[in-house]
Amino acid sequence: MIEVRDLRVRYGGRLAAHVPELDVAAGECVAIVGESGSGKSTTLLSLLGLLPDADVSGNVRVCGVDVLSASPRELRAVRGARAALVIQSPQAALSPATRLGVLMRRALRLHGRDAGERVMAEAVESVLLDPAILRRRPHEVSGGQAQRFAIALAIALGAEVILADEPTSALDVTVQAEVVGVLRRLREERGLALLLVSHDLALVSTIADRVLVMRDGEVVESGPAGRVLAEPSHPYTRELLEALP
Amino acid sequence: MRGPVRLRRTLPRVPDRLAGLGGVLIALVVLAAVFAPLLAPYPADELKPAEALLPPDGAHWFGTDQVGRDILTRVLYGGRTSLAVAAAVLAASAAVGVTLGVVAGYAGGWLRDVILRVTDVFLAFPALLLSLALAVVLQPSVSTAVVAIAVTWWPWYTRLAASVAASVATRPYVDAARCLGVPAPMIVLRHVLPNSLTPVLVQISLDAGGVILTAAALSYLGLGAQEPTAEWGLMVQQGQSLFTTNWWVVTFPGLAILVTAFAFNMLGEGLRNALDPRRAVR
Amino acid sequence: MPRYLARRLGQALLVVAGVVVLTFAVMRLVPGDPAVAFAGPKATPEQLAQARARFGLDEPVPVQFLAYVRDLFTGDWGVSLRTRQPVRDDLYQAFPASLELVGAALVLAVAAGVPLGVLAARFRTRLPDLGVRVGSMLAVSVPVFWLALTLQLVFAGNLGWFPVAGEYDASLDTTSPLTLWTNITIVDALITGNWPIFTSTLRHLVLPALVVAAYPAGVIAQMTRAALIEEAGQDHARMERALGFGETAVLTRFALRPALNPVLSLIALVFAYSIVNGFLVEAVFNWPGLGRYAAESIRSLDTPAIAGVTLLVALVYVVANLVVDVLQGFVDPRARRR
Repeated sequence: MIEVRDLRVRYGGRLAAHVPELDVAAGECVAIVGESGSGKSTTLLSLLGLLPDADVSGNVRVCGVDVLSASPRELRAVRGARAALVIQSPQAALSPATRLGVLMRRALRLHGRDAGERVMAEAVESVLLDPAILRRRPHEVSGGQAQRFAIALAIALGAEVILADEPTSALDVTVQAEVVGVLRRLREERGLALLLVSHDLALVSTIADRVLVMRDGEVVESGPAGRVLAEPSHPYTRELLEALP
Repeated sequence: MRGPVRLRRTLPRVPDRLAGLGGVLIALVVLAAVFAPLLAPYPADELKPAEALLPPDGAHWFGTDQVGRDILTRVLYGGRTSLAVAAAVLAASAAVGVTLGVVAGYAGGWLRDVILRVTDVFLAFPALLLSLALAVVLQPSVSTAVVAIAVTWWPWYTRLAASVAASVATRPYVDAARCLGVPAPMIVLRHVLPNSLTPVLVQISLDAGGVILTAAALSYLGLGAQEPTAEWGLMVQQGQSLFTTNWWVVTFPGLAILVTAFAFNMLGEGLRNALDPRRAVR
Repeated sequence: MPRYLARRLGQALLVVAGVVVLTFAVMRLVPGDPAVAFAGPKATPEQLAQARARFGLDEPVPVQFLAYVRDLFTGDWGVSLRTRQPVRDDLYQAFPASLELVGAALVLAVAAGVPLGVLAARFRTRLPDLGVRVGSMLAVSVPVFWLALTLQLVFAGNLGWFPVAGEYDASLDTTSPLTLWTNITIVDALITGNWPIFTSTLRHLVLPALVVAAYPAGVIAQMTRAALIEEAGQDHARMERALGFGETAVLTRFALRPALNPVLSLIALVFAYSIVNGFLVEAVFNWPGLGRYAAESIRSLDTPAIAGVTLLVALVYVVANLVVDVLQGFVDPRARRR
């Protein structure tokens, strides 16, 4: 679902991220780990063309669409409908004046989907939320609810890929488990591809099949999650693992 | 920040071309005003009733007014009046306002509350209105217009300086200085004032346009400059009854006000954006 | 909320008290003797003394001040030296016409300023943005009296599209007299179905309202642009783009609502400013509002009238600010902490 070859993201000449190779197949979960500033979020956002000020080069295909050479129209058709984004601060990610149901209805209509009450209620229920939440505004819901709603948006729109940027790090531990549970179930039931960016190695170890470790914009190590986390070959990965509680 | 303030360091860069345009226009207006005696094609107050109300031509680019004075000459000299008024108003407002503001911000407590409540009262009047009321009761002249406008403008500088001073007063190095027994006036002079300088300069460039417009409005109402002073607002007022038949008597002085106010507003906005890019307009 | 209301109201009352003191002080600054102005230059000493006693000018200043405050509260705003009428009645006559003019101007300003701000934000740093920025800057930099004269000459004088001056055709007062309800001509004409006066007022309103609208339209366009650009940089805008919404949809369907909050409070601020700006415009278009009244009072050094206008506009200003703050307090709980 995601194929990346030799991706380079530059800000005013400075290389912010360089990823030689990254593939995510349907039903697979790949995690990018690293400290803040390592270029992992930059990589993720560049896959959807969401970095307006950056200079992005390389070869990126998301759901079969060449993101870097796609027209704005083609790009907008991929965003949301086929590849969905879930970001770190769930409440700030929702427009403050817009009720959640209104946002979902607008997004469904945008992509020409059925925006009936039933469809919306089912999507919300599939992430274990009460459909009443559709009548609320972002500041009236909790962080975990907002995050699950973001996932429900992806489901309602029929996304095949979810790109999640630190989806749990703004949440309480118990709420984190709920969100991770929802993500894992979707992957198993619907065969969603999941690209996860996180600094939380504990989370990564429970869900990811493969791991990329990034530092200062470069990939320093990659491979199956079990191997990378059990027998890290790069000293930086070891450092990260030792920092775990 | 130690030692004398280095202006070049504290002034932000102006990246914006529009701000640059404003700067160039201001330079032109200032040069035209300063060198008015050299640039003006005719003596300042030369009356030639025989040449009254001539339309613009090669001899009088902007035409002549009802008593035969060359309008280009008067527009050039009018720039001197407007810029002098703006400079005087802003210097007086900034001096009084910053002094009170620094006292309020640094001292805090009841003194701060009293000073800020007083500024509230002054800010409750739209500036032009209070200036109007004052200009009416004082004898109309250029200098009373300066007083009348300055009275409405200083509270902005008090507010600004108070907030800067309050934030500086809580910084560790100021605390340290206080603990070392450095007297308060010294701290204000060395730390608080230099930090207020940049925002105050930006505010001055933002306000200059408004002051020029207000001064012109007062003169237009007969409450500022008096005949025979060359002043743009006054020229518009004197020409308005002739406007239907002699368009140039009103058009050129008005354009002069517009261009000058526009130039200052552009530069001010650019400076503010350079200082605080997050806040593009307020 | 009640505590916020009480504190904000207390502040407003303090400001009003200060405004009264300041107005009184300004009136006391008058060079020359208001009694002379009232009794006329040829008055006998007895007449002068009478006039002085009438205005309480023979009392010490603190007593005069207390009397002034007492009179204000009992609705006695003094007698105009020029019209010889109670200032309050004069203001009651003039204020609705000013409201009409400024109200129409603000409608125009919002109708032009908000879409222009959206346009500029949508095409940021490109040509439309440059055009809106320069245009709005020109609009706030133009001397209103000059713009009024120029538009009057071009569109009323030369082209004849609009009437030159006045509020409506005076001849209509005999052919279809207006029943007064609110004293605001256009509103009264509308609710009583007086179409001749309604259309005439509308035609007379266009030019002065356009002139008064220039400044608020400029600041509203600038503020809308800035607020939209800030909103479009927030996390939620990134999320909306990630959902497939285009740039225009992000701005108009999601960012505009929150961005209009600061624009709303701006409108209250420019409201009182526009009334004063309207002074200069009313004089040119002979609009029967506060501005014309003030201009005539200024010409005849009519201090009670000038003090009355000053006080009224300052009160409008304070009330407008209060209303906005309270509204914002309701809409946005964070505003209460300021």
